[in-house]
Amino acid sequence: MSSTTPLLDVAGLTKHFPIMGGFPIRRKIGAVQAVDGLDFSVAEGESLGLVGESGCGKSTTGRLITRLLEPTGGRISYRGKDISHASRRELAPIRSEIQMIFQDPYASLNPRQTVGKIISGPMEINDVNPPGGREKRVRELLETVGLNPEHYNRFPHEFSGGQRQRIGVARALALEPKLIVADEPVSALDVSIQAQVVNLLQKLQQELGIAFVFIAHDLAVVRHFSQRVAVMYLGRIVEIADRDELYGNPRHPYTRALLSAVPEVSPDDTPTRERIRLAGDVPSPVNPPSGCRFRTRCWKATDKCASETPPLARVDGSRAGHLTACHYPEAAGDPGEEIILDPGIAAAGSGTDTVVAKD
Amino acid sequence: MSSTPFLSVRDLRVHFSTEDGMVKAVDGLSFDLAHGKTLGIVGESGSGKSVTNLAVLGLHHPDHTEVSGEILLDGQDLLTATERELERLRGNKMAMIFQDALASLSPYHSIGRQIGETYRKHTGASKRDARARAVEMLRKVGIPQPDLRVDDYPHQFSGGMRQRAMIAMALVCNPELLIADEPTTALDVTVQAQIMDLLKELQQETGTSIIFITHDLGVIADIADDVLVMYGGKCVERGTKQEVLRAPQHPYTWGLLGSMPTLEGDVDVPLSPIPGTPPSLLNPPTGCRFHPRCTFAEQVGGGRCAAEQPPLELVEGRGAACHLTGEQRARFSADRAAARAH
Repeated sequence: MSSTTPLLDVAGLTKHFPIMGGFPIRRKIGAVQAVDGLDFSVAEGESLGLVGESGCGKSTTGRLITRLLEPTGGRISYRGKDISHASRRELAPIRSEIQMIFQDPYASLNPRQTVGKIISGPMEINDVNPPGGREKRVRELLETVGLNPEHYNRFPHEFSGGQRQRIGVARALALEPKLIVADEPVSALDVSIQAQVVNLLQKLQQELGIAFVFIAHDLAVVRHFSQRVAVMYLGRIVEIADRDELYGNPRHPYTRALLSAVPEVSPDDTPTRERIRLAGDVPSPVNPPSGCRFRTRCWKATDKCASETPPLARVDGSRAGHLTACHYPEAAGDPGEEIILDPGIAAAGSGTDTVVAKD
Repeated sequence: MSSTPFLSVRDLRVHFSTEDGMVKAVDGLSFDLAHGKTLGIVGESGSGKSVTNLAVLGLHHPDHTEVSGEILLDGQDLLTATERELERLRGNKMAMIFQDALASLSPYHSIGRQIGETYRKHTGASKRDARARAVEMLRKVGIPQPDLRVDDYPHQFSGGMRQRAMIAMALVCNPELLIADEPTTALDVTVQAQIMDLLKELQQETGTSIIFITHDLGVIADIADDVLVMYGGKCVERGTKQEVLRAPQHPYTWGLLGSMPTLEGDVDVPLSPIPGTPPSLLNPPTGCRFHPRCTFAEQVGGGRCAAEQPPLELVEGRGAACHLTGEQRARFSADRAAARAH
């Protein structure tokens, strides 16, 4: 990383989906605030993990970066060039450098095309003619992702879920991208197959130097894959840090709670990790809480949390690059404590907590 | 305590005839479950874990399913029971929670009515009593303002609340056996933790026996007393949670543990996945069903793994179906554990 401009830089990124309604004239009656003011950057060859629960806006973020969605506000720069509202024509050369891997290996491959056709698709669209022809390149790619090059003429239904996901990876690699946005690439796979695909992606990242935005809800998988991790809650980043910092020294109460909720593979009945049980559900992004969005489920919340939005900034005791959006951050290296909130009591206050948006 | 277990399954076989041939979804499975205990069944998709439990409830279509063996619930054989007898048991003595709560609830009826329906059918209670019971159950599972929410429809509930409502419905008649089929898989981790705590609490209160089906060993570690590991329609390993997680005996269980990324392990060491893919149950491998993916098959030697099906030999409910000798297993298991711990 010699240059100082990051590969991808995102500032104040916002996406609100309008809700239409009303009679007799349909008009905008509200908005789902899926993503609300994100700031982060991805350096060349780096892997950034985006974690959060369903509805936190992590998939929307992925689609905004790849410009499959038009942002409502904010700026996305790729290599210093503003692409937030670039036209199709302007985007064309950049699109070949930013590729995507999707979650569902069954829905993301055209069942009527052969594997060869699927993987060479990006090359056809961009009129790329690699030396030795496209077929040779596809066979190389199949080998790279651990599939048999002889399977060039087969159809997606002849492959298992894990193999299909490898085809999706090969397609993403076809144009030698600089950045891959992987949206839950392993969550649809069985445990034993999941590990195969994680290892493959890790190998590609290290050998080909591709930067990744790795979107997942599984904290253990993200920890394994990402050098830096951002935790999202209801459309905002609540904490971002280097992997070891985030997992070893979480400062935001939500990060702590999220980590403590991951079940531990331990034969003993006494858990070694602290236990924090959050009450209730994530509030609706149509009408998010004022101030800090996590305050309705936070055991530390005060009036200040309702009136003032905490900035995403470095807090006392954190290392450089470790940013936390909280008025009352957890003490650095806080010893484990047991915090269990009664869901009945806590949810009673929030009234109608119907979840509208899903990502 | 009586010597006969509460639920006893012996040599259960569930075969489906399809256009392509016979699918042996479950092939010779036996297990016991005592009162007030939780049995965790782990396995990947297609290992037969859900099919087993649908057989316990008698939910397979008799026209294209062959079920054989023996399922004894409190001494009563469920496989020879008539549909009418099963109807009396289902929802009353045994109940089930499914993975997808939205798909398992009727969108046209209020939550309260769906909970009350089971109660009225089995107890003959009046509508008024059933509604009161529904409110009580919703309160028990931690739904806020249960007297108001009882008239809501499923779409007005969030994912976690729907799963709570499903639990309320399953427990309305105080069943002695609760089968939970991946009840937390579709939920976020923080909500999953809430639901697991709720199930444990309710079990302590009512003494219900639970069969908990999941693919996540972390969930098993949290909730189960005993563990049964399934692969390709067969049980490959059984034992208490402590035994299976502390000193697993079967190469497949080692593989599962090695595949799982954790929050503690060394991130610079790549995961050690199981090579290959799960077997087709139309045409399962000969011998040990795991042998094509097993890295230890050559240790056994002589092609025995491909030729001979290893029996599941149990000593006090503990054992694994593998041709490796006990000494080899102990050694490899310790090696694996050391590699995981770093």
